Order: sequence, then structure tokens, then C-alpha cells
Amino acid sequence: MSRLPVAKTYKLFIGGAFPRSESGRVYDVTSPSGEFIANASKASRKDARDAVVAARAAVAKWSSATAYNRGQVMYRIAEMLEGRSAQFVDEIQKSTGASAKDATTEVNAAIDLLVWYAGWTDKYAQVVGGANPVAGPFFNLSVPEPSGVAFVIAPQGNATLIGLVAAIAPALVTGNTVVALSDESSPCAAMSFAEVIATSDVPGGVVNILTGSPAEIAPWMASHQDVNTVDLGGADAELALACERDAAETLKRVIRPGQFSSTTGSVDRIGAFVETKTVWHTKSLA
Amino acid sequence: MSFLEYAPAPESTSILKLQKSYGLFINGEWVDGGDKSYTTISPSTEKPIAEIAHASAKDVDRAVSAARAAYDTVWSRMSGADRGKYLFRIARLIQERARELAVAETLDNGKPIRETRDVDIPLVAAWFFHYAGWADKLEWAGLGPNPKALGVAGQIIPWNFPLLMLAWKVAPALAAGNTVVLKPAETTPLTALLFADICQQAGLPDGVVNIIPGRGEVAGQALVEHPGVNKIAFTGSTAVGRSIARTIAGTEKKLTLELGGKGANIVFEDAAVDEAVEGIVRGIFFNQGHVCCAGSRLLVQENVHDEIVEKLTRRLGTLRLGDPLDKNTDIGAINSKEQLDRITALANTGESEGAERWTLDCEIPTNGFWFRPTVFTNVATSNTIAREEIFGPVLSVLTFRTAEEAITKANNTPYGLSAGIWTQNASRMLRVADELRAGVIWANTFNQFDPTSPFGGYKESGYGREGGRHGLTAYLSNGDAR
Amino acid sequence: MSNSESDLARRAARLYYDDNKTQDEIGEILDITRWKVGRLLSLARESGIVSISISETATPSERATTGIIPTPRSVANGVTDAASLRGFLTNLPSVDAIGLEARAATLATRSIKNESKRAALDTIIRLVDLTTLEGADTPGKVKSLVAKALVPDASDPTTPRVAAVCVYPDMVEHAVRALGTSIGDGETGISVASVATAFPSGRSSIDIKLADTRFAVDQGATEIDMVIDRGAFLSGDLETVFNQIVLVREACNRADGSHAHLKVILETGELRTYDNIKRASWLAILAGADFIKTSTGKVQPAATLPTTVLMLEVVRDWFHLTGERIGVKPAGGIRQSKDAIRYLVAVAEVAGEEWLTPHLFRFGASSLLNDVLLQRQKMTTGRYSGPDYVTVD
Repeated sequence: MSRLPVAKTYKLFIGGAFPRSESGRVYDVTSPSGEFIANASKASRKDARDAVVAARAAVAKWSSATAYNRGQVMYRIAEMLEGRSAQFVDEIQKSTGASAKDATTEVNAAIDLLVWYAGWTDKYAQVVGGANPVAGPFFNLSVPEPSGVAFVIAPQGNATLIGLVAAIAPALVTGNTVVALSDESSPCAAMSFAEVIATSDVPGGVVNILTGSPAEIAPWMASHQDVNTVDLGGADAELALACERDAAETLKRVIRPGQFSSTTGSVDRIGAFVETKTVWHTKSLA
Repeated sequence: MSFLEYAPAPESTSILKLQKSYGLFINGEWVDGGDKSYTTISPSTEKPIAEIAHASAKDVDRAVSAARAAYDTVWSRMSGADRGKYLFRIARLIQERARELAVAETLDNGKPIRETRDVDIPLVAAWFFHYAGWADKLEWAGLGPNPKALGVAGQIIPWNFPLLMLAWKVAPALAAGNTVVLKPAETTPLTALLFADICQQAGLPDGVVNIIPGRGEVAGQALVEHPGVNKIAFTGSTAVGRSIARTIAGTEKKLTLELGGKGANIVFEDAAVDEAVEGIVRGIFFNQGHVCCAGSRLLVQENVHDEIVEKLTRRLGTLRLGDPLDKNTDIGAINSKEQLDRITALANTGESEGAERWTLDCEIPTNGFWFRPTVFTNVATSNTIAREEIFGPVLSVLTFRTAEEAITKANNTPYGLSAGIWTQNASRMLRVADELRAGVIWANTFNQFDPTSPFGGYKESGYGREGGRHGLTAYLSNGDAR
Repeated sequence: MSNSESDLARRAARLYYDDNKTQDEIGEILDITRWKVGRLLSLARESGIVSISISETATPSERATTGIIPTPRSVANGVTDAASLRGFLTNLPSVDAIGLEARAATLATRSIKNESKRAALDTIIRLVDLTTLEGADTPGKVKSLVAKALVPDASDPTTPRVAAVCVYPDMVEHAVRALGTSIGDGETGISVASVATAFPSGRSSIDIKLADTRFAVDQGATEIDMVIDRGAFLSGDLETVFNQIVLVREACNRADGSHAHLKVILETGELRTYDNIKRASWLAILAGADFIKTSTGKVQPAATLPTTVLMLEVVRDWFHLTGERIGVKPAGGIRQSKDAIRYLVAVAEVAGEEWLTPHLFRFGASSLLNDVLLQRQKMTTGRYSGPDYVTVD
């Protein structure tokens, strides 16, 4: 006689906690063949707003953590993901219908991508920043700094795990905090990834993951005055256009759909969440 | 007469041979403009300088086509080394014609000849020299082994540093291998048109640089909307920057924006007082305060407030306001009637909101647009003059008690372009610099610029950087490097 | 008293007073009796070989029981002992070298034309301390210098005279004699300034420095240019620097209650940093300086525009603090009119035009005067002049 399994309730991940949507809404998550998998929380704009508050509150600590520390924490995420990779393979298979081989490939790639980005934390500033040889008696240094709070939309309908990781990780490298909206149709891996984050020494609020409708949530985030960067990688053309226009009102940094690969890493993608700060100081013996 | 009532020492304008009228510079030729022409005047006298053709949307299209053709047939095929040589030539020609350019800029803009001669024009030459050297080294720009130019760059520049802003835009664009359509500001087209002449003297291939004076809402708008443009670079107001960002949404155009600011200049109790006072003066009265990165909010530690304000106002008493062409002038004319009205209105708001107004007691000429250097004390963080960019010679003085409070107040703005720190404590300086949300921080100095030093803002002060390697990458794509 | 006897008395006195020998010991050394030694010592006192004076006032070391000899200026500013002097000076705001140099460079871009330039050149002449400070100086050389000071340009009687001549102490008498009734305070006539206090290094005992000063004053010097003890300053012994200025200032006093004006040379080229120069300037003023002066001219760098701007800021601040104006004298290295004009601009814009009088500003210079004369001639004749048209002195 088979054992009756315990089903998991998928909730949101905000400020290090796993609340249900304040709206109380859920939506059916089904397999490609239409089989019911789970109820996912359908985040409202208020959940997104709360996530931004949590993300903003976390900026100071995460951005002022040493680069070494951020690298270790990000590597820890990879370790935890590795340890639970079977669960992710299973979830990806169920929700996307992928083969075990393809799902395994995706999970492994996501782990490796995290390791790759983890290694960038204490190298990026050296590579893109540095001393500027100005024509005067000044010490002049440019350093990259995080823009602040990023809102990222994971790819929709493909790359369900790696696309999410590829969107979140580059923002974390330099010390941004993130509000991420998962693949709407297959949110299970995303919420399990939230559990990985929650157990990886990532301070609460640094990563917040929502499940729900991009069309409903994204415009609120694009127009939110306390969001600094929006990654519209997972938005369709119509939504991306509307969001980019909204983002213009506060001159947010915008990543357009197709600008970066959803499965590989990119140094430029780290740069999309970065401000260059240049400091001048007078220099003399007298 | 006291001998220091310096006899007027006006720079001779004879070096400048102006035409009565100027056309658009498209594809290496001077052509008529389709929009109503404009008479550019000298803001210090209101006397007309020249008749300037204004570009229509159709002219913009012609200019973009010319730039595209030049990109396809000449510029993108030329070696980086040769592109660099053209830029070196341009840099040399600017040095050779420096005096003429300085006079033209001062005449058209109203800023003192001392600044155009000692700051603007030398920096223009330096910018071209710096980027000339980049042209054959693009693979070292940090974009992988095979960086590519973007194509045609549409550039729109403001009136506060007309030729310098042109250099900031044109030099990196050409070095990276792009061709350019540039629209100077309505009130200051003169030096851009002289630059077109320099391009001709340099033998720059036709269509690589196109200069199209015109109105923002006509030529500027058309340039931003033009589907043949791959990159927009804009320096100007945050309002216009916002509208440009909206306009290009959904396209593949790349964008850099250098917009407004409300820079905090923070003076700690241990500052080198006399140099800090100089820095405050340089921060807000340089170029009549027509500087996006101006230190328009002075944050003074409360226990040295009175001393600093006293020394500051005493120092301001030695500033000389008047004929911008006089080599001894420190403060020139406001660039336009429109800007003067705006400054006047904001200063009046400052007064009506309860701030204490101090105005330099000095003569102002009867003609032209002038505003006396003004300092507001007792300013509250909520006052309009502490939040809105005035873009004029008006300083708002606020106080703080601790470094934490100074940082909080400095960052409490939607802008994030510049900030100043005055302290002799190096450790405090570095930490405060860390905490400030601004793209350029000057410690124990202010308003310094250099072609190797990236410049640009956080938040609503825009995005992208100009200057150095960072400025170059704004005109390149990396192909598919990881 | 025979020569041999006075010689013997001198030797006995040296052994007794300088070497602290007893009369017995001296007897043995000189191979004479103890009684003879006693007689020789009385003889030495009576004949003036030995003079003994008992000071009615406290000695410097007695007066400096708190480390410094307080002055009215220092006391008014809370500087009453070594600790408060140190505290006062270290609490002064620092100087940012780059900012200061940038300010000076901007001042140097002021453009002076025609009528203003003529007035500026005349002002420069009126402010010159025409200087000769050579080991080879002779009465003849000084006489010639004075003649030049009185009539800088015989071809143009409208040429003003200089403020002062500046010479070594032993040349003062020659300068005074050559000036005759033309001597004055720089404004009323030509002043005689003398460098004293073991100029230029200042490396001698305070007694020698005071004697040097008194000698120059006695000879008729109306101004004393003293050097501070830079070694003491750099080693942190601010009390010594301070007290020496106080004592030299007292040594400038004349019997009639007036005093020779005291210029305190900081030797900025040895102090090196602007912070040091600023502190030394304040120290000198607190100790009683009438003028603060950059350099001896014997050390490079001598006067520079940024250094002078800084010292002008100090006297300006002192004025705003107390209402009292202290003078500034850049010296050394200012050779051309156009450089000197930059200093005038700096004075006017930093301290104020009130400072452009011989009482408050001087140029310590030798070759500057001839360049100014050449420029004046050019303005008069419209032709460029040459070195053969001004006198070599």
C-alpha cells in the first residue's frame, strides 16, 4: 500500500519569510498535459510593494557586506541547490514536461552559473573600476556600486529555474537586492529556489520571489519610485514597452527583453545593475 | 582711482570672423534649414550674433541618412588607427583655434572668457586627444575581443557648456566608430558650427559628423524618434531626459542621459576653511551656476556655520560680475531671458518660504540677462530651493550635526549626480564618499573634469557615464562576448 | 697695570669665572700664590676686564616658568602657557595645498592694463625693501644701494622711492649715514631694516641673537628682520620659537618707548608644509610680530604666491578677530614686475587694499626694482627698454 504523500503549499518569499498573498489569491499550477500540480500564491501589487520595502531595507546590509562575504553567500546558494538538485529536477520535469536529462542539465547549469557569479563579487570592481590618470594633482578612482533595488521578471514558459537564477544572480554580485517574479506557468522550482535562498545565509529581504502574473505586477514595479532597475527579460513585447515607458518616469535602469541570454552569465549583465562612482581627492605633500 | 579697479581688459573679438548666417552642416556641406531660422544673441548685451538655420524633421532625416551612408561606406571600414588620426587632427585644430573658440563661446553663451579660455576649450582639446588614442584600442575597452560600433549616434547637447558637451559626445562616438548627428542647443549653436568648420579643415569624410541646429521639439524630437538612429546621447533637463527615455522605449536604441542635479557640498568642522570657501564658490558660482553638477546645496556642520557663511559672503564680495569678454570677470551673464525668469522665480520662492536671502551688492549692466550671486541661509530641507534644481548662481545653505545626518540629507533627493566633501580626516572622507549616492564625488575640491574620469549620475540624474573607458563603452556593443 | 699683568689677570679671570676653578687651583696652574690670584681677580674687576651686572628684571628662563613668556596678544587669545599655545595652533583649520595653489593660480590670471598698470608699478616701488645681504657687502656697496633707494631712476623724477633698505647689522650705520634726513618709517622716509638674530640660519644662542638685535637697533635700524628657530619649530619646541620672538621684540625697544618694527621671517621653504606656515604665522603674531615675512632669500623655495596668499589669509583673519592689522612681506625670488603685480592682486583680494601701504606690505627684493623701472620706462616712452638703461648697483 502506497503512502499518501504530503503536498507542499507554495507561498511567496518576502523579507526572508514565506507569507501567503495578502490578497488570499491562488492559481492552479498544472503540467503541460493539464494535470494539477499545486496551488501557487497569486501575488498582488501590495505583495510586490511589500517586497520592495523588504528589498530596500536590505540594501544597506547587503551592499556594505564585504565582496568576499557576498561571494561566500552566493556560493552557499549553489551548494544548497546542489544538495537539493533531485527535487528541482523533479519539479522542472513535472511542470514543464522536460526529460530527466534536460531537467538535470538545467539544474546543473543553474548551480554552475551561481558559482560563476559568486566568483565575480570580489573581482568585478577591479575589472571595471580603477584609477583614472587625470591631468592634475588628484587621486581619482572609479568604483562600481549597486544601483539599489532591482525588479526582475524571469523568463516565461522556458528556462524556468536557470532563467530565474540568471536574472537574480548578476544583481546580487555587486550588492543589489532583488524582487523577482517567477515564471508564471511553472512557479514551483522558483519557490523551492526561495527555500534554497532562505537556508543559504542570504540576509532576509535581499532576494524576494513572487509568483503571479507579470502583466499584473510588472507595471506597478516599473512605475514604483523606490525601484532602481527593472529587468524586463521575461516580459512580452507589449508589456515590456509599457514597463519601459513607466520606468522612464523615474529614469530607472532598464534591461530589455532579449538583451541578455536567459541561460548563460554575462559580465555586462552585472553592469546593468551598477552605477559608477568617481571620487576625486586632492593630493600633495604640503 | 584705486589701481585695482582693473581697467577693462576685454578679449578682442577680432579673432572671430563670423558669418551673418549659418546653415546646417549635413554630409560635409552647408545647407538651408526647413524650420524657421533663429537669431542667436549675446546674452550679455542682447545684441544679435548671427542668423542660424533650424532643422526640420526632413533635415534630420537627411542628416541621419548622410550619417548612415558615411558609416556604411567609409567610417566603419576605416582602420581604428586612421579614425584616431582624424581625431588627433581635430584636437590639434581646436588647440590652434582655441582663442577664437573661447571668444565665440563667451559671446554666445555669456560665460566669462576666463572660463572658456582656461576650462572649456582646453578640456575640449583634451577630450579629443584622449579618445583619439582609444580608436585603435577598442579591444581593450572591456567589451571582449571584438567590440562593434553601434552605427549612427544622435546627440543632443545643452547650452551651459556648448562645445565641451559636443566634445564629450562626439569624441567617444567617433573613436568607437560611430557617425554622428548632433543638435546643439537653440541659444548656443555657434561653437558647434565652428566645429563643423574644423571637421572640414581636418578633412573628415563627409557625413561622419553632421551638425543640425534646431528646436528641441522639432529637430530634437525627430532625431530621437528617427528609426535610423542606433544611439541617443542627451545632456539636459531631467524632464526632457524622461521624455526621451519614454520615446525610445520598445526600440533597440541605446541611451545615455546626463540630466539634472542638486549636488550637496558637505563642509565638516575640520575642513580647510579657506579652501572650502573657494570650493563652495567654485561649486555654485562657476559658470553662473549653470552646471548640472553644481554644489547648489551647502551642508555645513552647525558649529562652523556662522564662520563659513561669514567668510563666504566676504569672499563673494571680491567677485567681479560683468562683461564676460573681460578677462577679469568672474561672473558672466545668464544664458537666456527664459532661464533668468526661472532663477528669479525660484529665488523669490526661497524668500517667500522663509529662507534668509543674501545678495551680492554689485552693479549689473543695463542690457543683457544678469542675476546677482545669491546665498540663502536658514533653508529647511523641505524648501523648494533645497530640492529643485535652480541652475543659476543661487546657493542654499543647510546645516547638519553629525556625519550620518549629512549623508542622509545629501542623499535625500531624487537626483544623484555630484557631491562635495570637505574634511581633513581621510578616513571620514572615504566613508562618506562610500555612502553618498552620487556619480561624482569631489573631496576637498569641486567641479573638476577630466577626459579620463567617468562622469554621470545616479537615479534621476541620468544613466551611463561620459569620460574615460566608461564613456567609450556607451558607444560600443560587445557582440556576443560573455 | 702692565700689559703682562693685565694678561695674567685676564687668564686668572677666565679660569675663575668661566672654568669655575678655585683660587688655589688657579695658583697652581699659573704658578703663583693664592694671594696673588685674589689680587689679580680684584684687579680684573676694577680694570673692567671682568664686568659683573645684576639684572633687576627676571631672566628669560625665570619669566618663562609656564613654558612661554605671555604677551598681551597671546593672553587675549587664551594663550598663557605652552599647552595653550600648542592647543591654539593645532586647532587652526588645516590648509588644503591643492585648493590654496588653485586659488593663487586664479588670482594670477587677473589682467592689469595701462593706467592701472602704471599705478601698480609705482605701488610696487613704494613697497620694496631694497636689499643687499652678501658676505661681500661694504660701506660703498651700501651707500650705492641707498642712492638707488632714494632715486631709483634718475631719468624720471616722477619715480617714487622705495620703502626701505635692508642690510646686515654692521652695515646699518653706513645706511643710516647715507640716508641722512631721508630716514623714515617707510612712509615718511626710507626705513633701515636690518636682518638680525644670526641671520639667515638663526643657529646661535639667544644671547647672541639679542645682542645682534640690540646692536642693529643701537646703530639706528628702524626695522628688524629676525629669523625664527626653524629647528625648534620642526622638533615641536614651540615655546622656544615663541619666547625668542618675544625677547627679540623687547630688544627692539628704544629708550624713548618706541620700537624698531619687527618682521618675523618664517623661512617657509624650511617649514615645508602649508599647515606649518599657517601655524608659524599665528605663533609669530601672538608673540608680537609687526610683520610676518616668508623667507630669508637664502633658502629655496623662497616667497611663492600660494604661501603669501596663505599668510595674507592669516593677517586678514587676525584683523577680523582683533581689529589689528599685521604686515606681510614676501621676500626672495620675486624678480619680475608681472610677478609682483600678482602679489598686489593677492593682497587686494585676500586681505584688502588697506594693506597696500609700506606699513603693511613689503617686497623683499633686489633685482625686482630694475625690472619695474624697465616696465615704467616702456610705459613712458612706448619703447621696450634694456638693462643698460637702468643702473647696476
